[in-house]
Amino acid sequence: MKEQRQHHPPSWAQRFVAWYCKPGLVEDLMGDLNECFERNVHSIGPRRAKLIYIIDAFKFFRSYTVRRPIFVNPFMKQIMIGSYVKTSGRNIMRNKVFSFINILGLAISMCVGLLLIAFLLDLRSYDRFHKNGDRIYRITNIMSSNNEQSGKFASTSIKTGKLIREKVTGIEAVTTMRNNFSGDAKVGDNILPIKGYWAEPSLFRVFTFPMAEGNPETALKDPYSVVLTETAARKLFGNQPALGKAIQIDTLTYQVTGIIKDVPFFSHISFEALVSLSTVEQANKSDRTFGAWTNMWSNSVYLLPTEHADMASIQSQLNAIAREENQAEENTKIQLELLPLYNIVVGESLRQSEGGPGFMGPHMPPVVLWILGGLAFVVILSACFNYTNLSIARAMRRIKEVGLRKTIGAGKGQVRLQFLAESVIISLAALLLSFLLFLLLRPLLINMAPEMQRLVKLDLTPIMIAAFIVFAVAVGVIAGFVPAIFFSKVKPIHALGNLSSVKMFKHLSLRRALVVIQYTITLIFITTTAIGYVQYKNILTFDLGFSTANILNINTQDNKPDVLLKELGELPEVTALSRSLITTGVGNAWGSTMKYKDSRDSVLVMTNHVDENYLPLHDYKLVAGGNFIARPTTAQATGEVIVNEQVLKRFNIGTGNPGKAIGEQIIMNGRKMTIVGVMKDFHYGTVENLIGPVAFTFWTPEDRAIISAKIQSADMPATLAKIESIWKKIDRVHPLEAAFYDQAIEDAYSEFSTMIKIIGFLSFLAISIASMGLFGMVVFTTETRLKEIGIRKVMGASIGNLIYLLSRGFLFLLSVSALIALPATYFFFKTIVLPNFPYHTSMQIPELFIGLLAVLLIALIMIGSQTLKAARNNPVTVLKRE
Amino acid sequence: MKGTNLGEFEELVLLTIAALGNEAYSVAICDELSDHTGRLVKLGVVHAVLNRLEEKGLVKSELGEATKARGGKRKRFYELTMQGKTALVNAKAMRDQLWARIPPLAWKKI
Repeated sequence: MKEQRQHHPPSWAQRFVAWYCKPGLVEDLMGDLNECFERNVHSIGPRRAKLIYIIDAFKFFRSYTVRRPIFVNPFMKQIMIGSYVKTSGRNIMRNKVFSFINILGLAISMCVGLLLIAFLLDLRSYDRFHKNGDRIYRITNIMSSNNEQSGKFASTSIKTGKLIREKVTGIEAVTTMRNNFSGDAKVGDNILPIKGYWAEPSLFRVFTFPMAEGNPETALKDPYSVVLTETAARKLFGNQPALGKAIQIDTLTYQVTGIIKDVPFFSHISFEALVSLSTVEQANKSDRTFGAWTNMWSNSVYLLPTEHADMASIQSQLNAIAREENQAEENTKIQLELLPLYNIVVGESLRQSEGGPGFMGPHMPPVVLWILGGLAFVVILSACFNYTNLSIARAMRRIKEVGLRKTIGAGKGQVRLQFLAESVIISLAALLLSFLLFLLLRPLLINMAPEMQRLVKLDLTPIMIAAFIVFAVAVGVIAGFVPAIFFSKVKPIHALGNLSSVKMFKHLSLRRALVVIQYTITLIFITTTAIGYVQYKNILTFDLGFSTANILNINTQDNKPDVLLKELGELPEVTALSRSLITTGVGNAWGSTMKYKDSRDSVLVMTNHVDENYLPLHDYKLVAGGNFIARPTTAQATGEVIVNEQVLKRFNIGTGNPGKAIGEQIIMNGRKMTIVGVMKDFHYGTVENLIGPVAFTFWTPEDRAIISAKIQSADMPATLAKIESIWKKIDRVHPLEAAFYDQAIEDAYSEFSTMIKIIGFLSFLAISIASMGLFGMVVFTTETRLKEIGIRKVMGASIGNLIYLLSRGFLFLLSVSALIALPATYFFFKTIVLPNFPYHTSMQIPELFIGLLAVLLIALIMIGSQTLKAARNNPVTVLKRE
Repeated sequence: MKGTNLGEFEELVLLTIAALGNEAYSVAICDELSDHTGRLVKLGVVHAVLNRLEEKGLVKSELGEATKARGGKRKRFYELTMQGKTALVNAKAMRDQLWARIPPLAWKKI
């Protein structure tokens, strides 16, 4: 029986041997094992034979039989990388022009990436210092009402905070903060303007603001308690201990109950002082609207749920609160929502309450980041294209090298790795250069706009440096990807045989496509900049309907303007002075309701309170009636109003004859007023806004005053210094707030100019990168065609012929890009951007073509100089080399 | 490289290969050694030695015909190389020389 049965050695042991054994040894080794097994089956039985087989299978596991373990393979590659680095280094050194172009191009484009990375990392680091940061939420109010005030607000009511504390379960701490506590803190003779928030003791349970002195549990409990930051305390008290001391803020006395460490830069809440919320609550005890559900304009509520709290349950409890409170409201419905702390700075744009900032700290909508990221990506991709392009352009030369490697035995993977290593080395070299550029550009970026200074620091951190290196490697891999694939596919026979037999068509078209894409991007960038710049300049020089030249606007900041006015009037450089409530034309607004005969037709008109000198100083054109007359404030004086033509049109006063409107009665904010003058229409808001109805009334001493001074001076700095010294006499505490009207208008469009600067910078980069790429290509093509050129010259071709021959291909590519880019930009602006600006000037042909001309000029100079060099070559020297 | 001196077991294996002639493959070598030395020779050890000898260039091997008894696997036949033969001859000559140097008296003391 036994003899007839076929016995097999245990299959797992067989597989084990096959697994570990070297391929060359496995056959005879297993044969031996099998032979012994057969023999043993007969002599000592199958069971023991199997056992012996297993034992032997393990015994053969020896150093010489075992194949190289798998982990050795990557390890070997590591060793190989050393050789890749060496070969790459040689290649880089051998092709200095190409390496230089590649490194410089990558470096220039990479600095955009570095800036963006630094920017993103800075934004990401906001509010991370709070110990329970991942658990903190802010309440968002979603308001829907009959009037315009609806939307998502970052602020909420004080009542919300109270209700959450009373009713919601699963909460560890809730804290309410009230916006914009500010005033002049006074200690003895020392006066310091101070800014902060009203806050509750629970603030220190929700947030991590470590207290240096004082008890966080009680510091913000009693009314008239103030907690100062260390810096504020030092400024006020010097080196004296501040705790327990009294500070005079405006007219009230506060007790210093705590000193906290300065607020970190990356905090969306930033302050110098915190005053107990109970202070305001006490002051507004009798005001029933103060704690109302709908009074949601200036408070923020933060909550810290317990660990592993059920957020869905908290949300539904919030919904229940909102439902109950909304029942009592007729017109207004409010929903409560939770916003995680980390989504405050980079996240959805929430509305701020009008008439006062109901919003804390810096904010960056993700869409801006996406746009910036997209632009940076385009620029970096362009540099990667350069690399790809130039590498493949050099294919003819390197194809032989690759062929040889392959013949010797290099696999596809090794060739691929070699080329990737080369591009990564180049991009790492570019990183060094680009890091220098980064350091150079960093201050420019930060100082580009005041918002930027408040938003980011761009200081180096270890994470940032690591991100830079990862980024450089990624760029290297992207840049080297196509060349690596391309060269790994080279067949040694083709490469080492007749080079002309290698089909170059496929990648030729790829190269062409890359050049076209690059130039299209460049042209779009440049035309965008040109159009944007023309529009911007147009806005700045826009005829607002009044004169702004040489006018200095001085904010009197709660000081009575009379003394200042008198002192300024004595300066010989000041030719005229006026007072007004606000500065118009820069986006400021002050509204009133106006009614004419039909008392139901109430219209919002923009207003300003001006004195009798305001209109002549600003050169407002009157079409009918006259200016205000200088006289003491009386009921009659404040009953006069000067309106613009829009008002007449709106109410149909005078039907086309402004003169008839003089003496007409209107009702403004419930008061009867008489029209004494009619102005020509002018821009009250910024140029983006349409011209609407405006009414000027007489300035009264109760109003805040902006003093406008018309200055005629040859030495402006000296004049400004004089004004400054006058200001110092009147207000020692607050620095002079004065700006020229033109400057104020420029500031009003700073967002716009920042955008133009960024796009301009990127387009400059795009031009440089594309130009460098083109330069490399031209150098390469002319070099490879030197012999052809020589022969043509011998045959009698003129230099002009040759230049035409060499540059026509490139010119064709440039024209293709122009044909794509110009219409694309044109339609983009025509249909999307410009319709958003009612007073834009129409696009002009020069704006569209100036970029094209610039790019063409640069390209032609490069192509021309190189082809000329090639064409001038003596054919004898070129042809002799054969 | 490894020393060219033959180890004792290596020498035995080499001799066995030479003795077996065309039939010198691992199992046969193993059996032959067991028969003639009287010690239990393990297949694994023989394999290791064959491998080492091949590395030293004293033997060369090639795969033969497949046989059914081995589950369709071919045998690896070993053969002495010129160096292997020289090494054996040298070893023998060295021993003979040493034998010749033993004075007859030396035996008496045992």
